[in-house]
Amino acid sequence: MTINRRDFLKISSAGAAFALSACTTRPGALAATTARAHVVVVGGGFGGATCAKYLRQWGPNIDVTLIESNDKFVSCPMSNWVIGGLRSMDEIIHSYDNLPRHGIKMIRDTVTGIDTDKRIVTTQGGAGIRYDRLVLAPGVEILGDSLRGYTEAEAAGKVVHAWKAGAQTALLRRQLEAMPDGGVFVISVPLAPYRCPPAPYERACLVANYFKQAKPRSKIILLDGNPDIASKKPLFQGAWDELYGGMIDYRPNNAPFAVDGDKMIVSSDFDDVKGDVLNVVPKQRAGAVCGLAGARNDSNKAWCAVNLATFESTTVPNVHILGDSVLSNLPKSGHAASSQGKVAAGAIVDLLAGRQPDPFPVLASTCYSAISGSKAGYLANVFRYESGYDYTVAHGGGSTPTGDEKNFELARAWATNIWADVLD
Amino acid sequence: MHMLPFKTIAGLIVLALPGAAPAADMHTQVIAATCMACHGPGGKSRSESIASLAGLKQSDFVKTMQEFKSGAREGTIMQRHAEGYTDAEFKAMGAYFESLK
Repeated sequence: MTINRRDFLKISSAGAAFALSACTTRPGALAATTARAHVVVVGGGFGGATCAKYLRQWGPNIDVTLIESNDKFVSCPMSNWVIGGLRSMDEIIHSYDNLPRHGIKMIRDTVTGIDTDKRIVTTQGGAGIRYDRLVLAPGVEILGDSLRGYTEAEAAGKVVHAWKAGAQTALLRRQLEAMPDGGVFVISVPLAPYRCPPAPYERACLVANYFKQAKPRSKIILLDGNPDIASKKPLFQGAWDELYGGMIDYRPNNAPFAVDGDKMIVSSDFDDVKGDVLNVVPKQRAGAVCGLAGARNDSNKAWCAVNLATFESTTVPNVHILGDSVLSNLPKSGHAASSQGKVAAGAIVDLLAGRQPDPFPVLASTCYSAISGSKAGYLANVFRYESGYDYTVAHGGGSTPTGDEKNFELARAWATNIWADVLD
Repeated sequence: MHMLPFKTIAGLIVLALPGAAPAADMHTQVIAATCMACHGPGGKSRSESIASLAGLKQSDFVKTMQEFKSGAREGTIMQRHAEGYTDAEFKAMGAYFESLK
């Protein structure tokens, strides 16, 4: 380590408090802790990567570190298109290479500890990173243990959730391709709240679209923990009736409690369903790092209550939480997480500058769902924060009752632009 | 005189500044960035199916959004979004997008 004379004088004048850290820290980093605020973002998905990028854009004097355990961004939105055979994995995998151009320091590592008193994040690689503000955007943690037999069946490759895009997305596609005509595909979804409410129904549509072309004698059984189709009901119900008549057997109020990977059976209170391909989505809670920060603070210790104007935890100061992990009316979607990343970035820039953040932020979400290889519908809403309550849907928001070609093209265009907005 | 909400007054003060395009307030920057999720980073769309917003004249932006809001202009999702914003927000966003090159 070399310290030139000017840096040495800076360190000396900064006082004894920094003498200890000066032994282990580069002079530049030391200067950063004295003069520049440091925001650490954990999780490089739609929420975290967006927040990191806009923090640098609106707060050029802020140092931003983004910690992400994966080397590539794999988009959950459009992953159903891969499962249905409309796109390849390559098309939903994107590089993080452009984020450092915004001045974001990328660290590929896994967070193992968070000391919210000392404001230090520890990683598996051994780094101890001090923050002024911490942003946690981990997505959901999937609770395989909540279903008897699930963890073993998953490890054996007999059941997948494919609810985090990645290896399981590709595995599920391969299993569907290998399934014989006349086979049964079982998909189950937990009682809300869960990540991406319309996704199970879109997945049923796109797998049915594939079966119709390649394996027309096959069946889909959808075991839904909810009392009814939880999102875009007219769109999906219409598609099931008109495009896939009889292929999708929809069973509401039917959450599984067990999976038997040897016998390939999914069990609920009402049914033991045998399938050739099992896609069971367990219930979920706020991502693991939220637990490390002690920020799963709702009554069930599952989700994170935050000040919805700043996304700062209501109980853990200086820790902001984005996306699926947040307890609110906002949808658990990539688009909503990205919008939250922008609101939080704006609030953090203002807070670090000693300014009052916008007390009434506004955010938006556009959510396309494909119902076939050429048609899609949407749900679009503007959400306005009502102080002390939650975001409310602005008048005029809503969804299409049917799908069409125009919205299918717009869904593709949406993906192109939001991926660029998050990562480029 | 009617009482104007604080944000509206703040927006008018920003817009009333003479000279070069003023820096937008944070509320405006965030809602404008919200548009960019679909319309592309910096307001520059990467897809021919979705319009770019960067460099649009403020008056054109405001008129278009008001027409979406009233239903005078057809769109797919833009009526849904336009109804969620105030006229003051249209003006502030329009000024910001006009300033983007």
